[in-house]
Amino acid sequence: MELLFYLFSAVMILFGLGVVVSRNPVTSALCLVMSFVGLACLFIQLDAFFIGIIQILVYAGAVMVLFLFIIMLLDLKAEEGRQINYLALAGGLILCLVFVVQLGSVLTSFEAGDVGKTPQQPEMTTDKNPEGLSELAMERMAEKKLPDVHLVGWTLFTKYNFPLQVVAVLLLVSTIGVVLLSKRKLT
Amino acid sequence: MITLNHYLFVSGLLFALGLSGVILRRSLIVIFMSLEMMLSAANLSLVAFSRFHLVDGLPNYNGQALVFFIITVAAAEVAVGLAIIVALFRARQTTSVDDITSMKY
Repeated sequence: MELLFYLFSAVMILFGLGVVVSRNPVTSALCLVMSFVGLACLFIQLDAFFIGIIQILVYAGAVMVLFLFIIMLLDLKAEEGRQINYLALAGGLILCLVFVVQLGSVLTSFEAGDVGKTPQQPEMTTDKNPEGLSELAMERMAEKKLPDVHLVGWTLFTKYNFPLQVVAVLLLVSTIGVVLLSKRKLT
Repeated sequence: MITLNHYLFVSGLLFALGLSGVILRRSLIVIFMSLEMMLSAANLSLVAFSRFHLVDGLPNYNGQALVFFIITVAAAEVAVGLAIIVALFRARQTTSVDDITSMKY
């Protein structure tokens, strides 16, 4: 398990580095897809199966296809012959270095974060029946399996029912906004 | 043993990478991709907190609900942002931030 954590983290970070350093936008986009796949694997390792699948479906599937589509539509070429702005380069690197050093110093003194993954996944269960959770999910929990999708859905449709519907309106608004922005002229 | 701090550090590294991409790169599309990376880094720390802070022996699903909303909003934001980039490209024939320094043309 530890080996897998390091493997997926390395995949995520290295391909993330590829996004920043590569000069060709298509390479950047494909590196970002791989980075998101590594991230989804980390989610699944954290027993967040639903979020992991959604990460692949929405980000690696839909969003990155949109990015590649726009790159090809605009026919963007690799930036060549552009002068590197050394001041911006130094500023960006220093800022990120300071951020990472600060992160390290905070995390070494963050004692609450020094907890392992206990209990392990098969033992993760509860006797308390959350109100309205389906019988299938309760059976799963009795079998010592984590009904992740049931629980996410239960949380979204009970506690966060109103925000869920507001997000639906947001999606509608953004769809209309995209259509309006993409139209050449309003008639 | 992999602790919460490991996940937080990896998520912080991904965030720093995204931040450097936003600052260093000059292409609007790549800046946008780096923004997505920063949002995903925040998602990773939220999921890690949700897994390590158990409620009644189950992960804290409030965190995962928040991740769900972040992913939804990010998808909407990408659609609108790319439409704006396409409109900008039509008007100026460029996507480099060096060439787009004025608000109005």
